[in-house]
Amino acid sequence: MNDFVGTGTLVRLALRRDRILIPIWIVVFVMTAAGSAKATMDLYTDPKALVDAARTSNASPALVSLYGRIFDESSLGEVSLFKLTAFGALLVALLGGMLVVRHTRSEEESGRLELLSAGVLGRYAALTSALIVSGATVIVLGLLTALSLMGSGLDTKGSFAFGLMWAAAGLSFAGVAAVTSQVTESARAANGLTAVVLGMAYVLRAIGDSSADGSTQWVSWLSPIGWSQQVRAYAGDRWAVLLVPLVFLAVLIAAATALIGRRDLGAGLVRPRPGPPRAAKSLRSPLALAWRLHRGSLLAWGFAFLLLGLLVGNIASNVDGFVTSDSAKEMVQKLGGVEGITDAFLATEMGMVGLLASAFGIQAALRLRSEETALRAEPLLATGVSRAQWLASHVLMALLGTGVLILVAGLGSGISSGASLGNVGRQVPRMLAAAAVQLPAIWLVTALVVILFGFAPKLVTGGWALYGVFLLIGQFGEIFNLPQWMINLSPYGHTPRLPGGDFSVAPVLWLTAIAAALTITGFATFRRRDIG
Amino acid sequence: MTSAIVVSGLHKSYGSTHALDGLDLEVATGEVHGFLGPNGAGKSTTIRVLLGLLRGDAGDVSLLGGDPWGDAAKLHRRLAYVPGDVNLWPNLTGGEVIDLLGRLRGGLDEKKRDELLRRFDLDPTKKGRTYSKGNRQKVALVAALASDVELLILDEPTSGLDPLMEEVFRQCIEEERQRDRTVLLSSHILSEVEALCDRISIIRRGKVVETGTLADLRHLTRTSIHAELAGSPNGLAQLPGIHDLDVQGNRVRLEVDTAQLEAVMRQLSASGITSLVAQPPTLEELFLRHYEDDVPAQDSQEPEAAVR
Repeated sequence: MNDFVGTGTLVRLALRRDRILIPIWIVVFVMTAAGSAKATMDLYTDPKALVDAARTSNASPALVSLYGRIFDESSLGEVSLFKLTAFGALLVALLGGMLVVRHTRSEEESGRLELLSAGVLGRYAALTSALIVSGATVIVLGLLTALSLMGSGLDTKGSFAFGLMWAAAGLSFAGVAAVTSQVTESARAANGLTAVVLGMAYVLRAIGDSSADGSTQWVSWLSPIGWSQQVRAYAGDRWAVLLVPLVFLAVLIAAATALIGRRDLGAGLVRPRPGPPRAAKSLRSPLALAWRLHRGSLLAWGFAFLLLGLLVGNIASNVDGFVTSDSAKEMVQKLGGVEGITDAFLATEMGMVGLLASAFGIQAALRLRSEETALRAEPLLATGVSRAQWLASHVLMALLGTGVLILVAGLGSGISSGASLGNVGRQVPRMLAAAAVQLPAIWLVTALVVILFGFAPKLVTGGWALYGVFLLIGQFGEIFNLPQWMINLSPYGHTPRLPGGDFSVAPVLWLTAIAAALTITGFATFRRRDIG
Repeated sequence: MTSAIVVSGLHKSYGSTHALDGLDLEVATGEVHGFLGPNGAGKSTTIRVLLGLLRGDAGDVSLLGGDPWGDAAKLHRRLAYVPGDVNLWPNLTGGEVIDLLGRLRGGLDEKKRDELLRRFDLDPTKKGRTYSKGNRQKVALVAALASDVELLILDEPTSGLDPLMEEVFRQCIEEERQRDRTVLLSSHILSEVEALCDRISIIRRGKVVETGTLADLRHLTRTSIHAELAGSPNGLAQLPGIHDLDVQGNRVRLEVDTAQLEAVMRQLSASGITSLVAQPPTLEELFLRHYEDDVPAQDSQEPEAAVR
């Protein structure tokens, strides 16, 4: 038991540190689930409308690959919540994983764990406490979600199945993060590795779910997110499936503890190798340093965006083949034939890609603050580098980086949709344009981080909060019947829908102008404030 | 002689805490100036204002003849800075950081870079995250000392170094002095300041309370004397400037204000000295005199004049 001494203390310390963060996350998830259920239920008062809607969704490979299959087309609960089944599980998994990294590798990297380890602290105490905190968070989140869904009028069994399958996804990725935290030396890399596994899990289930003849449906069973879907909440409630993630978690915990036994505190499994004794000739400006600091993450994101683009384009080319039901055919006619529905799908997906690219922009701009608080900005600003030059180096990485990402995704989707539709020459420029129009909104959100950094550096992570608000407005604004002025607050709502939609220059110019104004103000305020 | 740094009446507060409370500091060109004070006295805040990282609330600051806030980048090409807490980029090697910082200052002396790496026994191929505190400090020191600059600003540069490396550091600063470079050395290690510095400023609660050469400062303090005399001592008690007089038979122990030393010696030799030990005041004693009322309790808020 000596190896676990101090676990309780660390759990209390973690809860003390996260006493605001964790409740906020739980409330966001619970409200999103309940609000989404309520809104959709109000739409489908007629059972026939419900079945029709479910059939249309199941007939659309785009929707199936994005959200998953509806197993019981007459189940009110499942149809109401299918958009949040796999996607919600993904977000809960992200939370579960992040919490573990935050309380293990981050602490170790900062040296704080070393301070504590010198006291009476068992070898496994940090990991155990992180798993307890993360596990308890996702389980409480799941149970409260179940209660809130019951409150919305859905049946008890299904609601608990739904809440617990969310929690199960969180537990699986708490386990994944437990392992990645042992493998890498930096928290950033541990989070990145967890996100890669999570992305792969989501893609695997998308491949399995969208299998047209059912021959590759087993692929979904390779994915922890797939397991959550296979619980089939409100559509049979298969409780036994919940055992799969529990076994998965147990295996990962065993692996992580074995790894802890084999490494030193502070070290990772991947040994750092010696590097060059001299800097490359090109490393002689703040911009060169910023490129060096961002290039690894930009390359990884770029690769992911290329795959995403290719995948999206590929799915789009099959959209017409799945339109079988009468209602769907009618919808296709309204949307302007097969090309119309393909374009509508691609436009929606490019919007999603734009949202994802913004996350890179925010993260890259937040690097400014982490460089400052880690006291790495100070020695640079004590050389011939001016504040404006230093700020510009990271801001350029954020703005150009998002540009590269979105264009890579546009290129990928243009090539793959063009290849299968037989008109690459036409599709590539159309998709590049569809990608390019996302940029002003992305830049505006990135610029919000820049102005916060200049004006109120302690609140800079509020950039994520604003991003979350814009996301919620986009996803739920119309369901919740928010007033139009509120919906208009989100920059993403003003992006022209391309390909296929109408293009107007005005919103693009406006968004760009606001982004530029915010960035310039960020520069001006940063030059006036104290560093540190 | 011109001054590399002139600060007068500098104030800086963070919310309700007064970090600097009317600080005056003058560092002459070509001197090694010790900036002495305990943790939290305001040394780092002063240095950050000098570097234009913080803006003073009131007071005048001149650095190498310019304004450190307005001309920051221009002035920084003529100086090198070693922070008290050195953090490196986790995936850059020490060698890369040295080159980068040097180039951003406008150039490195290649020969000196190699020589310093050897003297400080630093492996430049290790990644930033794998260096210990002392080694991170060496990276910053090598980068600063190999730069061709007029002014070195060092904020507790030896806090993570072992005694061997501290010795190397002292030699390096000695060499800088011979090259007539100006050095501002903030420290709380008295022996280091005593060994290296031409002049010293002692900072206390955001104010410089004492400044001058070590000899000047010693003048303000007492020399302690142990003497054995041939006959019994007389007349000592009447002399001015004598403290803690302790006479036991022919043995005398006393402390004397350095200004009154001559009169005391004359009085002692009148009785015939058989053995004598005289100790000059140490910097430690000097330092403690300014801080002795901080040691027992923090509630004393009396004006500085009372301490003098």
